[in-house]
Amino acid sequence: MSRLLIRTPSQTQAVVDNLYNNMEHRIAASPPGLCPVDMAVNFLTLCHAQSCGKCTPCRVGLGHLTKLLRMVLDGEATMDTLELIQRTAQAIVDSADCAIGTNAARLVLAGMEGFHDDYISHIQDHHCIGSLQNPVPCVALCPAGVDIPGYISLIQAGRYEDAVKLIRKDNPFPIACAYICEHPCEARCRRNMVDDPINIRGLKKFAVNQVKDVPNPPVAPATGKKIAVIGGGPGGLSAAYYLALMGHEVTVYEAHKKLGGMLRYGIPNYRFPREQLDRDIENILSIGVKVHTGVKVGRDISFEQLRAENDCLYIAIGAQTDKKTGMEGENSNGVISAVEMLGNIGDDAMPDFTGKRVVVIGGGNVAMDVTRSAIRLGAEKVSCVYRRRQSDMTALKEEVEGALAEGVELLTLQSPVRIESDADGNAVALWTQPQVIGEYGAGFRPRPKKADLPENRIEADLIVLAIGQGVETTGFEQSGITIHRGGTIEAHEDSKLPVGEGIFAGGDCVTGPATAIRAIAAGKVAAANIDEYLGFKHVISADVDVPIPQFNNKPPHGRINLQEREASERKKDFKCIECEMTCQEAKIESGRCLRCDYYGYGNFRGGRKEEW
Amino acid sequence: MVTLTIDGKQVTVPVGTSILEAAKTVSIKIPSLCFLKEINEIAACRVCMVEVEGAARLVPSCSTKVKEGMVVHTNTHRVREARDINLQLILAQHDGNCPTCLRNGNCTLQDLARDSNLIHNPFPKDYARKPWSYDNYLIRNEHKCVKCMRCIQICEKIQNMKIWDVVNTGSRTTVGVSLNRSFADTDCALCGQCVTHCPTGGITERDDTEKVYRMLDDPELITVVQVAPAVRAAWAENLGLDPKLATTARMVSALRQIGFDYVFDTNFAADLTIMEEGSEFLERFTHRNKYLWPMFTSCCPGWVRFLKSQYPDYTPNLSTAKSPQQMFGSVVKSYFADKMGLDPHKIRVISVMPCLAKKSECDQPNQNDACGDPDVDLVLTTREFARMLRRNHVDVTTLPESEFDSPLGSGTGAAVIFGATGGVMDAALRSAYYLVTGANPNPDSFTAVRGMDGWKEATFMIPGAGNIRVAVVSGLGNTRKLMEAIDKGEVEYDFVEVMACPGGCAGGGGQPIHEAVEMAEDRGNTLWRLDRESKLRFSHENPDITTLYREYLEKPMSHKAHHLLHTDHEGWIMPLNPRLK
Repeated sequence: MSRLLIRTPSQTQAVVDNLYNNMEHRIAASPPGLCPVDMAVNFLTLCHAQSCGKCTPCRVGLGHLTKLLRMVLDGEATMDTLELIQRTAQAIVDSADCAIGTNAARLVLAGMEGFHDDYISHIQDHHCIGSLQNPVPCVALCPAGVDIPGYISLIQAGRYEDAVKLIRKDNPFPIACAYICEHPCEARCRRNMVDDPINIRGLKKFAVNQVKDVPNPPVAPATGKKIAVIGGGPGGLSAAYYLALMGHEVTVYEAHKKLGGMLRYGIPNYRFPREQLDRDIENILSIGVKVHTGVKVGRDISFEQLRAENDCLYIAIGAQTDKKTGMEGENSNGVISAVEMLGNIGDDAMPDFTGKRVVVIGGGNVAMDVTRSAIRLGAEKVSCVYRRRQSDMTALKEEVEGALAEGVELLTLQSPVRIESDADGNAVALWTQPQVIGEYGAGFRPRPKKADLPENRIEADLIVLAIGQGVETTGFEQSGITIHRGGTIEAHEDSKLPVGEGIFAGGDCVTGPATAIRAIAAGKVAAANIDEYLGFKHVISADVDVPIPQFNNKPPHGRINLQEREASERKKDFKCIECEMTCQEAKIESGRCLRCDYYGYGNFRGGRKEEW
Repeated sequence: MVTLTIDGKQVTVPVGTSILEAAKTVSIKIPSLCFLKEINEIAACRVCMVEVEGAARLVPSCSTKVKEGMVVHTNTHRVREARDINLQLILAQHDGNCPTCLRNGNCTLQDLARDSNLIHNPFPKDYARKPWSYDNYLIRNEHKCVKCMRCIQICEKIQNMKIWDVVNTGSRTTVGVSLNRSFADTDCALCGQCVTHCPTGGITERDDTEKVYRMLDDPELITVVQVAPAVRAAWAENLGLDPKLATTARMVSALRQIGFDYVFDTNFAADLTIMEEGSEFLERFTHRNKYLWPMFTSCCPGWVRFLKSQYPDYTPNLSTAKSPQQMFGSVVKSYFADKMGLDPHKIRVISVMPCLAKKSECDQPNQNDACGDPDVDLVLTTREFARMLRRNHVDVTTLPESEFDSPLGSGTGAAVIFGATGGVMDAALRSAYYLVTGANPNPDSFTAVRGMDGWKEATFMIPGAGNIRVAVVSGLGNTRKLMEAIDKGEVEYDFVEVMACPGGCAGGGGQPIHEAVEMAEDRGNTLWRLDRESKLRFSHENPDITTLYREYLEKPMSHKAHHLLHTDHEGWIMPLNPRLK
């Protein structure tokens, strides 16, 4: 017997590791709408298998917890069972020796609180509350419900124009979303169970760039109804597009010089080229939407006047004011907000940062936009200051990586304290307090706390605040519209306001800052409900036949990712960073789609919603 | 056209044909369970799997369309393995106590297991039971359900009622009542189409045969049975009888052999219905402003349940005439009891109906006009009747023929067609014509209302009355379309016949079950043939009807006729469609 051995992973361990990897992917691909109690019991079974078996609570307790949860699912439990589950789980949390036991039981406790109603429904009515409403994961997760398998199969068939038509049925911004959508559709793509999700956005981008002018569906006969849309961003224009298709007379009022909202005034050109945005907007306007730009409601025209002149109003003003930090020196010269900086860029007023040291405060996508723009505007040094860790940043991972590649200095775990200015009131430095990462708070993110280290001084010529946006509600609040404490407009699920007849609102101004696709979806919802409110039931559809798939043989195959231009080159200009798929790549990638609209639950329950 | 090879045979079929259908054209039967053409093509059971050359995995033949040059194998080792294992898995979750199942001998799963020679099952039995109240006329047996989803689909796609839905997810996914309702609280029309399309005993009628035996066994009671028109076209289908021998007269003998004291014909009451409903229509038609339009027939209880639950505002449009079944009961417990000197409280009226909703109709609280007892005591479906014949060991093949008892055993050709879509309208128009003009029309004047179209319309000129615009629909999906069109003012009719089941009672939810074969048209044709062969083809010429009016009721719509033969459709409560709540 040798005294020591070199340890190499066994064949078994390698296969098991692969299984773990597969399981992670599988969990990621869980369709929305599954029974949460069923999922909890199955996670618990997995947790129990992880037990080393030394301690009673974990070795025996987790097994009994599993049995008790099964009783709930099998309709054999009473409210007493529920109490026993609670007590048992709590005892395991309190007495297990390690995380294998405590965390497993903690999951059960969290579930009993988080989906208490489901437990009760199983016990009292012997069934689950929810059900799989939409069997196609990508469609279910797209806020606008775009027919994703439909257009992917059209791309596969080389029918790009039809693909765009099909997207436009639910989303009149196919190009914008091809460039900047955060693609929630990809999160639970069933392809995760095989390898990786389909590159849905990449495919859409390929499709929109294969076509020029794609005709719109015919506009319905004029209804004689007038609708004013306040705000010419993605949400307002989406509502305007569908309402115009339905035959209503739509006028959009936009405070900025140009249409596009945050697509123009928030997202820099290098992510979404202006001429591409203009393609979407031109198409929307082509069906007869009227526009007044540079008109701010509440300043240039009163809300009451608009209400009097129209049958319905849709408020889609977005969240376009900047939030303040409230720290000392915030009003110094050379301290600007992200909204202001990106807004100017949107109107082509390019500031010159040549030779300047720029400090950006924030860790979201807007902070990245500002950071990367500052680099392109010639700044000598750009630092991004964030109070948590890089992995806690809310910005997309690829945005942070892109910024790093272009040379940003990422200063994490630094909490801004005050801005130091010179005698003329010009900002010269940002003082920060170093942080140490702490316990998890709400939202499953660890909170930073003050580190036992002295304050830091970061020299700066320009400081940009990118810590979030708010809604400009002046002019609306005075007209009696209810504003939530957080500053957003109160509206029902169907976008109707609780006060005032025929007034609807949606998008960022209702939800707070969110994504373009959510604003677009809100516009779609509002269009349907405004139409209904006005006494109509116009149907929006696309006259496109989706190809039927032949076989479902899809062996594992790598996902095709989009390439980016070389960092040292791209950082010198505002031209688009991201490259496109080649035709070959698009063919391969679209061929990876598992067609959940057709296979599985799709051919039974709503694989396709052809109209709305 | 597409040409492919299946098990070495060349097949040429139209584009869009499934492999399963293509195989059928060259006598290759691919076993399947959940598949129901155009209604349930969801490839759920995975029994019909086949091997296609070039495809890495097996494919379901029911939902895979043929492709040029495709080479298919339907009976390889791999195919048999997958099919057998899947069947064994289904059987493991199925209460396979076949001898005690209503569907014993008429079950797709039983046939598949037998045909696959599944003489053992490696998977232990593990099936769920769920409580279900026998107060319901329709019984769902969770332990027999194979989750083929046909019930959900037929209810949604053909009947447009959405009573059933998928409940739960994962391993506990099953069929349940939609919107988490209890079945008794739903607006189910009780058409029974989910029952006749269930491949197993997952959904059945409530078996009421034992109650009938109790009546037959009680020496104090007089049992009177009536048989609906459509039953005679179907009663022996699952009894192994040569269709040529399955005559009405043999059915009468069979009923007599069971032991009923009187064997009567609902056709008699159908003729009576025509007298009342036809007269009512003419009264309404000649006093247009007093009534709401159109007038609807009221003989189908599934339709009445539908109207009251989906379009309650239209309830006054229903003819107040009772259905033939209920008229029959009223007449038995009044006129017949008087005539025969019987105590009506000792009479039990039992119906044999092609229908599930009839079971609920006889229980309506206000269907008790003759003597205060229910006019009809119990309803058996055609299937339950067949089961009683088996239980009584009646050898129908050697049974002689015999005639219905008199006087409630006579019926005309106009009555027998009540069992086919368009028949009530046809019969009503024949007598309405006579009532207005005093002369009979050619009995085949109204052919436009016959046939299997789901929604038929026609205009007939009756001299002296004018143009009568009629419509005939069958199937509740078609009915909803018609009601929407009427409600929106897109169509206008004077008289509308509605039957809840596609094809009318011939396709009723109480009729014998045949896997994946729709029998309504064949059975309907039998009824139309019986009409053609009848000596009397007008309800008003039924001599027993004339006698009934002369001796007892005076005339149609008389005070007495009103009391006995008409009903208040508002006199009982029907749960509303959830959208109306």
